[in-house]
Amino acid sequence: MTVARVEVAKTLKLYINGAFPRSESGRTIAVKDAKGRVVAHASHASRKDLRDAVEAANAAQPKWAAATAYNRGQVLYRVAEMLEARRGEFITLITSIEGRSSADAAREVDHAIDRAVCFAGWTDKIAAVLGGKQPVAGPYFVFTMPEATGTVAVVVPDRTPLLSMLSLMLPALAAGNAVIVIAPMSNTPLAAALGEALATSDVPAGIVNILTGVRAELAPWIASHRDIAAISGAFLSEKDAMALELGCAENLKRVQIFRDAPAFEDDAFWHSPFVMTPFIELKTVWHPSAL
Amino acid sequence: MTIAPFEYAPAPESVRPLLAPSYGLFIGGEFVPARSGKSFATINPATEEAIAQVADAGEADVARAVEAARKALPAWSKTKPAERAKLLFRVARRLQERSRELAVLESMNCGKPIRESRDEDLPLVVQHFFHHAGWCDKLAYAFAGASAAPVGVCAQIIPWNFPLLMAAWKLAPALACGNTCILKPAETTPMTALILAEVLQECGMPNGVVNVLTGGPLTGRALVARAGKGPSKGIDKIAFTGSTEVGKAIARACAGTGTKLTLELGGKSPNIVFADAALDQAVEGVVSGIWFNQGEVCCAGSRLFVEESIHDDFIERLKNRMKTLRVGNPLDKNTDVGAINSRAQLQTIERYIEAGTAEGAECFTVPCALPAKGFWCAPRMFTGVQPSHTIAREEIFGPVLSVMTFRTPDEAVQRANNTTYGLSAGVWTEKGARALEMANRLSAGVVWLNTFNRFDASAPFGGYRESGFGREGGRQGLLSYVSLGHGAASSTKAPSVVKSVKRSTSAKSVTAAKSASTAKRSTKNKGAKR
Repeated sequence: MTVARVEVAKTLKLYINGAFPRSESGRTIAVKDAKGRVVAHASHASRKDLRDAVEAANAAQPKWAAATAYNRGQVLYRVAEMLEARRGEFITLITSIEGRSSADAAREVDHAIDRAVCFAGWTDKIAAVLGGKQPVAGPYFVFTMPEATGTVAVVVPDRTPLLSMLSLMLPALAAGNAVIVIAPMSNTPLAAALGEALATSDVPAGIVNILTGVRAELAPWIASHRDIAAISGAFLSEKDAMALELGCAENLKRVQIFRDAPAFEDDAFWHSPFVMTPFIELKTVWHPSAL
Repeated sequence: MTIAPFEYAPAPESVRPLLAPSYGLFIGGEFVPARSGKSFATINPATEEAIAQVADAGEADVARAVEAARKALPAWSKTKPAERAKLLFRVARRLQERSRELAVLESMNCGKPIRESRDEDLPLVVQHFFHHAGWCDKLAYAFAGASAAPVGVCAQIIPWNFPLLMAAWKLAPALACGNTCILKPAETTPMTALILAEVLQECGMPNGVVNVLTGGPLTGRALVARAGKGPSKGIDKIAFTGSTEVGKAIARACAGTGTKLTLELGGKSPNIVFADAALDQAVEGVVSGIWFNQGEVCCAGSRLFVEESIHDDFIERLKNRMKTLRVGNPLDKNTDVGAINSRAQLQTIERYIEAGTAEGAECFTVPCALPAKGFWCAPRMFTGVQPSHTIAREEIFGPVLSVMTFRTPDEAVQRANNTTYGLSAGVWTEKGARALEMANRLSAGVVWLNTFNRFDASAPFGGYRESGFGREGGRQGLLSYVSLGHGAASSTKAPSVVKSVKRSTSAKSVTAAKSASTAKRSTKNKGAKR
């Protein structure tokens, strides 16, 4: 008897600096589908993978921040285009791995794509909304402008993994930061698929890095890494939140753990400019305006 | 015929503040002694004479202050914004009326020249209250579509270099946003904060809205230990200005407590002079950059980068200008450089000066007669400084300038940014595009182009990197003192989304759920608009 066609299973890897390496540690995690069958093995990112991602992110970030806001907007819009193209794949992964209905999955994927469109439109409006010209009491021309903070570690909760990843990474990206996404373990194939979508978009290598790993294991290393400028997270365990918040005491990392925020489905909150402010530095520039 | 050298006649300020021999803690609208009965003498650093005896707050006093601030919060946060505004406007006016007296007291307790406390500190203090008074009833327009509620009880720990100004920077925005406050002035400079408490009382500020705890590091620690929610906690927000080391310790204490935190910390700010600068103006900028307030300024331009081609000429001009700086009695209107704030700080500065010489930099100073009593340090300029030298890397917080050179704008940017700090930066050039390019590339929260050490209540101030986060001043500064609401955001905690989604199985129920949630949201939005 002949064997029916064997499906070509995907090797799930990390996404670092625009490439797809395996974890340097050689570790993997079995990926089970909703029925408990092992369907693949995902890379289990280590501290050294984190270090590689930080290096890549910091090397790429200044150019991304220096790109025009219009350009960053188009690049993020291209992300939405790439996500839309893979809509079916995302839905399939959500239903097969998480056991949710395809209608639920579709709703999440659509919301994630629409969020990318929203932030594509934010890039060239941040300065108008958060910056300004100050009417100081003296002969000076003074203005305040937003700038990126640097490299942001984005620690994603397990719920609605695609929407979570995008909701947390887009605000940092729109503001000109590079991100290292610690993807939720609830759906590692989805994280890998997002990496592939981004690799085929116009996001420069190193600006988005995606690590599949254990949050509790990576959190202390994220907190203590001196080349990470900020941390973003939401709906984490208090233990993980605390470990990450200690990063502030290390090198004054800007740490924003959304605890009491509304769910990611809430556009009023998650599309507001104030999800970007923790990853924005304000620079105030003075110049005499009288001789 | 020889001309006698020009001498200044002494011109001491004649106003004397009316002071009590001792001051209690200001808690719940009254001055009370510390529970422990402890107090300490606060001195004039220029004479080492005691000014008054002040209470030393301990844990029990911190608990009392937190209780008073919590008790005052509901009424104060619900006071009509326009009424809060009138109180703050009145405070600004009253401070204006008492500003001569307060300037003198500031110089007495802090050591800074009266010219600075009179012309810089006090006007800014008043402006800060006046500016923020106007924000009270305009918060609904300040945050792009979000509504603003007070954060709650704010602990505000401030340094000794601009005692009253820092108090104003902290209190004015916090009060405008409807918070109640516990202000902890620095150990060595409690006086003007206590008089400010008197002024607030005179103006009818409700009891407990502002509390002032004088004391040392232990008081600060006891205050920080109460960060968070719960019966033994009660502080919702901490704002700290001071050293990076203490800032990090506060961040560690606040981790996991959900406390809102803003930090304005140290600096090692660059002042960059290009060959095409207006050199005499640049000299004045360098002087005000490093010798303003004896260099005891977090944003002091303590690293001077001079374009190599003009180094010798510029240093010569700077030396000549240094010869005209008058060091001495802070209350003399001719004084440029006053007393160092404390013996401990003087010793720190002296250690850095020794390190500078020991590591091979060349020290220039103008010999001058210093008073026998008090803490004094004549201005110092080190040339031939290497980036690896201690005096090029660490914040000295004293009148010590480290001079280095550069050849190209790229090198200037790279060397200027080569620090863990990022508070301020100065650039001197007559070329507009170069000035703006430098402004773009320097990692600092404030960039002064062809000026230095300018401040304004409407202009945000704060750091990049290890100089802290959060801004003070202007609309951007208000963000530190509000809790934002975004339509639905204020009312719901995140539900467990996966579960709720699982329940709706048919397409029909999904649509129904969607329209229900849309309806719910639109009502909430209406609520937010009200």
